[in-house]
Amino acid sequence: MKDNKKTYWKGLEQLTNDPEFVKHADKEFAENLPLHKSNEDGSASRRDFLKMMGFSLAAASLAACEAPVRKAIPYVTKPVDVDPSIPNYYASTYVSGGDYASVVVKTREGRPIKIEGNTLSPITQGGTSAIVESSVLSLYDKHRVPGPKVNGEQVTWDVLDSDLSSKLRSAGSIKIVTNTILSPSTEKAIAAFAEAMGDVEVITYDPISSYGITKASETYYGVNVLPSYYFDKASVIVSFGADFLGTWISPIEFAKQYSKGRKISKENPNMSRHYQFESNLSLSGANADYRTPIKASQSGLAVLALYNLLAKKAGAGTVNAAAIEIPHLEKAANELWANQGASLVVSGSNDPNVQVVIHAINDLLKNSGNTLSLARSAHFRKGDDSRMNNFVADMAAGRVGAVIFHKCNPVYDFAKGAELAESMSKVKVAVSTSESMNETSALVQYQAPDHHYLESWNDFNPKVGEYSLSQPTISPLFNTRQAEESMLKWAGIATSYYDFVRENWRTSFFTAEEEGGDFQQFWDECLHNGVYHVTVEELGEPSALGDISSAASAIGSTYKTDNAGTELVVYAKVGIGSGTHANNPWLQEMPDPISKATWDNYLTVSQQWATDNGIKMFEGATNIVNLTANGKTVAVPVLIQPGQAYGTVGLALGYGRTVAGRVADGVGVNAYAFLDSSKGFINYDITEGVTVELTGETYRIAQTQTHQTYMQRDFVLQEATLEEYKENPSAGRYNPKIYKEGEFVKPAKLSLWAGHKYSQHHWGLAIDLNSCTGCSACTVACRAENNVAIVGREEVLNRREMDWIRIDRYYSSPEGATSYKELEQSADNPEVVFQPMTCQHCNNAPCETVCPVVATTHSSEGLNQMTYNRCIGTRYCANNCPYKVRRFNWFKYHDNKAFAEVNVAQNDDLGKMVLNPDVTVRARGVMEKCSLCVQRIQAGKLTAKKEKRKLQDGDVNVACAVACPSEALVFGDLNDPNSRVSQILKIEENTSTPFKEVNEERAFHVLEEINVSPNIWYFTKIRNKDINEA
Amino acid sequence: MSIKRSFLGVPIHLGTLLVAFFLLGGMNAYAVNPDVSDSEDAIQAGQALFNANCKTCHKLDQRYTGPALRGVTERRELDWAVNFIINSQLLIQSGDPTANALYKEYNNIVMPSHEFLSKDDVMNLLSYIEYGDKAEAATTDAAATGEGAAAGGGGGIPTEYLTIILVVLVFVLLLILVVLGLIVSVLTKYLNNSDKLDEDDKAFINQKGDVKKLLTSDGFIVIVTTIVLALVVKTAIDGIYGVGIQQGYAPSQPIAYSHQLHAGQYEIECQYCHTGVEIGKSANIPSANICMNCHMHIQNVGGQEGISPEIAKLYDAYDNNKPIEWVRVHNLPDLAYFNHSQHVVVGGIECQTCHGPIEEMEVVYQHSALTMGWCIDCHRNTEVNAQGNEYYDKLVLLHADSKDALKVKDIGGLECAKCHY
Repeated sequence: MKDNKKTYWKGLEQLTNDPEFVKHADKEFAENLPLHKSNEDGSASRRDFLKMMGFSLAAASLAACEAPVRKAIPYVTKPVDVDPSIPNYYASTYVSGGDYASVVVKTREGRPIKIEGNTLSPITQGGTSAIVESSVLSLYDKHRVPGPKVNGEQVTWDVLDSDLSSKLRSAGSIKIVTNTILSPSTEKAIAAFAEAMGDVEVITYDPISSYGITKASETYYGVNVLPSYYFDKASVIVSFGADFLGTWISPIEFAKQYSKGRKISKENPNMSRHYQFESNLSLSGANADYRTPIKASQSGLAVLALYNLLAKKAGAGTVNAAAIEIPHLEKAANELWANQGASLVVSGSNDPNVQVVIHAINDLLKNSGNTLSLARSAHFRKGDDSRMNNFVADMAAGRVGAVIFHKCNPVYDFAKGAELAESMSKVKVAVSTSESMNETSALVQYQAPDHHYLESWNDFNPKVGEYSLSQPTISPLFNTRQAEESMLKWAGIATSYYDFVRENWRTSFFTAEEEGGDFQQFWDECLHNGVYHVTVEELGEPSALGDISSAASAIGSTYKTDNAGTELVVYAKVGIGSGTHANNPWLQEMPDPISKATWDNYLTVSQQWATDNGIKMFEGATNIVNLTANGKTVAVPVLIQPGQAYGTVGLALGYGRTVAGRVADGVGVNAYAFLDSSKGFINYDITEGVTVELTGETYRIAQTQTHQTYMQRDFVLQEATLEEYKENPSAGRYNPKIYKEGEFVKPAKLSLWAGHKYSQHHWGLAIDLNSCTGCSACTVACRAENNVAIVGREEVLNRREMDWIRIDRYYSSPEGATSYKELEQSADNPEVVFQPMTCQHCNNAPCETVCPVVATTHSSEGLNQMTYNRCIGTRYCANNCPYKVRRFNWFKYHDNKAFAEVNVAQNDDLGKMVLNPDVTVRARGVMEKCSLCVQRIQAGKLTAKKEKRKLQDGDVNVACAVACPSEALVFGDLNDPNSRVSQILKIEENTSTPFKEVNEERAFHVLEEINVSPNIWYFTKIRNKDINEA
Repeated sequence: MSIKRSFLGVPIHLGTLLVAFFLLGGMNAYAVNPDVSDSEDAIQAGQALFNANCKTCHKLDQRYTGPALRGVTERRELDWAVNFIINSQLLIQSGDPTANALYKEYNNIVMPSHEFLSKDDVMNLLSYIEYGDKAEAATTDAAATGEGAAAGGGGGIPTEYLTIILVVLVFVLLLILVVLGLIVSVLTKYLNNSDKLDEDDKAFINQKGDVKKLLTSDGFIVIVTTIVLALVVKTAIDGIYGVGIQQGYAPSQPIAYSHQLHAGQYEIECQYCHTGVEIGKSANIPSANICMNCHMHIQNVGGQEGISPEIAKLYDAYDNNKPIEWVRVHNLPDLAYFNHSQHVVVGGIECQTCHGPIEEMEVVYQHSALTMGWCIDCHRNTEVNAQGNEYYDKLVLLHADSKDALKVKDIGGLECAKCHY
């Protein structure tokens, strides 16, 4: 069998063998004691500790005399469904603008503590994303608007209502500015408001706009809609800069679909092939089989070139386009043509002309109605950039009487936000219904704060025929009121929004569906399921109006084959997104899947640009540059990003907030200011007038990528191409052999340990590297489930991040690179692998043998247990862990002023409500790590025991696996032959031994050669590349 | 001269003697009230009564929820003891200083009245208290003194003889001391009268301040230091082990709710009020609306007229929607996870196993130590309630070869992550 000869590297430090990196590489802990941390909260230094020790002995015995009196306060009248210590689950819907996810909310004692996906939803199908997972913490944000305000003064709702209703009526032209509204009831409420007020116009925009697509649909098909995409039905996927796995339109849905096409087995060795043409290395690009870096200025021409290639095959007329040489484009065209009706071409461009050509390409390929549908259109993006531009102009000209900013923040997240801010004084009445303080609500006279979505009633219509409901899971924490209810109130309609939604459902769905049935029953069922499907008659796909020549000529005039200047490509990050939820520390500290940077945005530059400009980067230390575009200049650190197209630089949206709250304010720079709206749509690619100048100042970006190294041990990753896999299912596998008494044996045959016995359960986790997209939803889910602390930027720089599960991102260079020089060149466009890494729950655990106080032990169910109350913090275990997954509490992160700004979930009374009461908040000086959600295992077992039955597969699932939108993680009992994990691993005998013989050829252990015998299995990464190009 | 050296030895022996005397000081025999019978019959009858009524709170020779009882007829008047046993509250309310002091010392725990006992019953009880289970006393004494191993060396000798032997030994040692003192004085006199000694020797013989020398001698200092250190260390260790243990903790509650009345006299099921005990981690202190199920109608104790002041507090809380702030009696540290339903539903454990005779408690107190050692002990000894529970089938099957029963410890009941996560 052929060994995998690829060279994997985590960061440029490793690739270039930087001396600083080499120095740190073998150190588990980057810094030595003492810690040199100022004692702002008056906590003791280590020396003080010794001084105080004698005293504390006496104090302890004194304290023992008088135990603190603890109260047990029951309800006066206990709600029937709420039992202390028993979680309740409510189906609801996460919606932020047009971002949608059907969710299930876990509450304890009436507090929402965890968000999980709703498996009944046909759209998100139980998947979540990092942003959705973290939204529960935003509920407990101290910086939400506590109640109605007039000119910054807190007032009662009555005062605000009476003042505002009369002012609105006399204001003249009223504009309602909003992000995409998915809710039919909200639309009705606004319509009712408009009817009462007269001159009302609703202006919809989206921070991350897809106006280009809807506009193109109108031009090309005559319907202004966003198509639904079905990536699972596509054998060939071509994406021009659309990060559909990370941020584009509906990433949870797309990741679900995409992963279906990427799961392979011996029985079904087929997978989709994915081409990506883009400037920045995106999450989708990182997952692509063929990725081609292209300049933003070429993207339109690349799309045209693809059209022409396909048109030639179809015998249709080609359009006039500049000749351009783009690697893999022709290959993609051939394969697309071979998979007509089962292929999909998408583009992330917001240029309607480009999207017209994309529509034409899909039309040529007969994909319409198969892999995408305009008839069953999606409603996720309804923003109209040109109308929003007109609105800003109207505002500046003083033509607007009153404006209501309905749960949106255009001053920050619209390209012309600054202009809007200036003209805010020209409007008579300005109202904001945002739940939290933001740049827009800071400028209005009236703040009528909305509920958080977990406190609200609402309904949503994400796609044609698909509906879902959201219901409150907690009483409003602040004196807020649902924005729709406010509108109705101002319009003089005295109804609660709950009744309004209910009435809407009674009239819209109930009579149509359940003749003679009981509405309450229907309503309860819809609420219980969270989703509702309306069968709509089969709609034909609209037929094309045909002509793309005008689009083609427009493209020809704006895009260039050879643009000499630097180009700025503004993108959204998986964690921060549009920046609406930037004040959430869980998102800020989540390492970006690609750059592995936390708490910052930065200018991504190519390796070659850095070399040209003499910039070297190691351990996050970098230079600051002045970026000028669109007439504005900001100072921003650069980050050398392998895969960045030469000549382009990338900057993320969502940072540089000024009125977001203590977490987000002042983090990074605002990229919205650079967006170009001069062509009638928001252009995220700035191809002209961009300059980047070195300032000579240095900076350090808190990157986690090179933390926790494997000390140059090979074969952490194992991969093969699809063709190799088809020939030999164990292709790419590394089978280490150890010499013993004249023969070479498997490492498992050689053991110092006697081994454990797992009589009942043997918990295991299988992770498919082929399915993992790197989206990091699991890391946030783990944080929420296990009360993992946030440490802040400074401590991440000190390599002290606390994640129990991290996603290791490896770049790889093709085999045969003989020198670092060659590797460096290939670094321009490396292959990427994501590897979720968590405690491997080794059967021969190296950590267990070195703990001097037996604080880490092995359970009879295969778990490596960590007992905090026994740990004395020697850190031997972390030093001895080959996977570097143990985390040490260098500080007391809870109830500590020094961390109150970042670790909000463990420091203020409100934030603490999100903590999982079943999991201990760890103290200073103890080690912690993944417990395989032992609290969930115990709860699942208890349920089975109480029902006097065997534990079934699915009774227990770990938080990371539940969150995963691509089902890359499968958890279960290896002793149970019927469990999914046993079946996909093809375990032959489910005996009580810890060492299971696994028949699945792709399954491997990381570092098998050291025979620690983990309970976590990985499946080889299979790339759908042709063999000669691998 | 040789005399000097031989004299040095004396203080050391004296020191040892003194120490032995101190240590044994606590072991004096006491005088039992002669009215208390020591007949076998009386003791046996008393034992039955003791086990039925007293055992949950009292031990003969050890302080428990209540005081150690042996010697009570020596410490107190016989009438007082009888009255206290029959109805302690009456005695306390009468203002008896001893009774009040005791009540206070034991955290105001109300000892239930035993008015159903006749005077003879009480005398039998006292017989058992004074004369019963002497072996128990011996072992607890030995354990209590620790170093008393030397004294208790003759394992087979009954305690009373042991005490007599020790007293005799002390007497003999004192006698030897006196005799030695006499010999010393005689010899001194003799040597003083002799004229064969030079001045130095005379000065040595007649030197005063033997006591001072004794106190400053190395041997004495070493011994005293060792004893003091040992005592300090023992106290410290005992103290540290006791930190956070609240066994017997019986705080007064905002409403003087009586389990004895509700669970004991009226036999209301525990689960009627503690609704969580079979479904979740917390047993739940009942919410006021559960109380109101009955107290909507029952307004006073035992059919008395008017509203009882305690029940009035409940009405006040309920009417004003003001939760009752009960004081938590059983507190586990946050780092320990305990689930009631696992123990009550799955394990089939009675409430009383951990909470003690709750149905007899006027005021709830913490019956068990609730230490990790206490949990673990139970997990070591308790058989798994696997009968009819399919979940355990495989474990039972795999354990079939073993001749011991399937205990909680055999299925991972001692593992850290069963309770700590």
